[in-house]
Amino acid sequence: MIEVENLTKTYGSFNALKGITFKVEKGEILGFLGPNGAGKTTTMRILTCFFPATSGSARVCGFDVFENPLDVKKRIGYLPENVPLYKDMEITDYLTFVGRIKGIDTGEIKKKVNKVMDDCGITHMAGKLIGELSKGYRQRVGLAQALISDPEVLILDEPTIGLDPKQIIEIRQLIKNLAGRHTVILSTHILPEVSMTCQRVVIINEGRVIAVDTPQNLTSQIQGAAKILFKIEGSSSDVMEELKRARGIKKVEMKDTNNGVSDYIVEFEKGVDERKGIPALIVKKGWGLLEMRPMVMSLEDIFIKLVTEEKGV
Amino acid sequence: MRNFYLIFKKELKSYFYSPIAYVVITIFLIITGYFFYNIFAAFSTISFQAQMNPGIARQYNLLNITESVVRPLFGNISVIMLLLMPLLTMRLFAEEKRSGTIELLLTYPVRDIEVVMGKFAACVAIFGIMLIFTFIYPVLIKIYGQPELGPIITGYIGLFLMGAAFISFGVFASTLTENQVVAAVLSFGVLLLFWMMGYSLAFAGPGLIGIMSYIALMQHLEGFAKGVIDSGDVIYYLNFIMLCLFLTLRALESKKWRG
Repeated sequence: MIEVENLTKTYGSFNALKGITFKVEKGEILGFLGPNGAGKTTTMRILTCFFPATSGSARVCGFDVFENPLDVKKRIGYLPENVPLYKDMEITDYLTFVGRIKGIDTGEIKKKVNKVMDDCGITHMAGKLIGELSKGYRQRVGLAQALISDPEVLILDEPTIGLDPKQIIEIRQLIKNLAGRHTVILSTHILPEVSMTCQRVVIINEGRVIAVDTPQNLTSQIQGAAKILFKIEGSSSDVMEELKRARGIKKVEMKDTNNGVSDYIVEFEKGVDERKGIPALIVKKGWGLLEMRPMVMSLEDIFIKLVTEEKGV
Repeated sequence: MRNFYLIFKKELKSYFYSPIAYVVITIFLIITGYFFYNIFAAFSTISFQAQMNPGIARQYNLLNITESVVRPLFGNISVIMLLLMPLLTMRLFAEEKRSGTIELLLTYPVRDIEVVMGKFAACVAIFGIMLIFTFIYPVLIKIYGQPELGPIITGYIGLFLMGAAFISFGVFASTLTENQVVAAVLSFGVLLLFWMMGYSLAFAGPGLIGIMSYIALMQHLEGFAKGVIDSGDVIYYLNFIMLCLFLTLRALESKKWRG
């Protein structure tokens, strides 16, 4: 559906993109992840034909963004980062204008506007001027204008920024519901958002793609061995000694100690699962096991790891 | 065509959503009305005096109501247009650039030319409304005197073309910056320069004089105000408009390449 090949973009002497390549399949939600200034917005602007790339090619629905911009523009809905809307227009007027310009006929426009306002939860605000709306509602109007023509491809630049937690959940649900019918590219630097909504993640940093995979794969791939946290009551030196002696343990790390209770992060050798053995040992020694939970590496950790690893090279 | 119409309609509406159209039209009518009153009052006073003393008519170069009221009125209206037109055009692209809405507009399936023409036409429409309101002055002249109809009609054609030329340059200036004040100052300054060029004809060299008198915006209104539609004047204004709109398109495109 979307094919990006070796895209570069230079602003004067600054290389914003240094050869980005990725693909998005039909009906997929792709998360576009990267720190500020990584080139997320630049890539999106090239895909939406706002400006051309310096070199490389990008195709949306089979149309080249440079050769056939009108065909591409007809098939995308775009929500730019800071949601630029005409503040002096009423919501209905604005959505009607956008719908008409995207090719919806006069007969259908009313129905479409009502539907999209309903989907985005702005029906009760219909007659208001956009300038009077709060940030959250403006964001929804922005989403509504991207969705109005039911485009094949949606490009959303940080769609949940500035929303309250309830709205974030609603918008994420809305985006999730789009999967299958629409192809979505979603940029963000909020990582849980990606693991919640996206099927695939592209991580970019300083204009380069540094990883492409599903959120689950990324987690397991980079994490390596399993880590488990134990909260144990007992003499910390004894516990440390015993844990180090136990089978299949690579590393033990002691964290906070409080009233004889300490946290131990136990890293096992790859392929070893000692979730039964350690509690048994603790019981045998007469200590108290207060808590035990696996330490899953969050996308944040992966992200930071990837971005910093890249720097080290 | 449909996109052109949609943008035209949206721009026209937004002039009336904001106070701009109301303020500019009102101020325009107050000032032109004031000029009209003064020109007309002066003419009637002098006419009374001339009745007593025919010599005065010659002294004041007093010919008839068309020459003494209609022509100066058109001259004055064109100066006020020069002052107010940049205020109508300054927002067209500058505001879209500052608020970022241009990013959405240019990613909708529209051609640049449809955007430019739509905005230009909306502004010309506002200007047309302003001009229509001034029809009251010729009507008043008609009630109290016997002006020739021809020069009034051609004068309005001339004013309309000149206003459209002002607007086309204003649209261009607006694409160059995201600051509305800069856009207004730029278009006002350049238009004034074009306007003033007429004054330096007196001391221009023989080579320059032909070029300058052709370029000067003011020179081309003279004919219209006299009741003459010279195809050269019409072509001058149309050329001016086309050049400015062409430059506007280039400016929009160059922004894309600069990123």
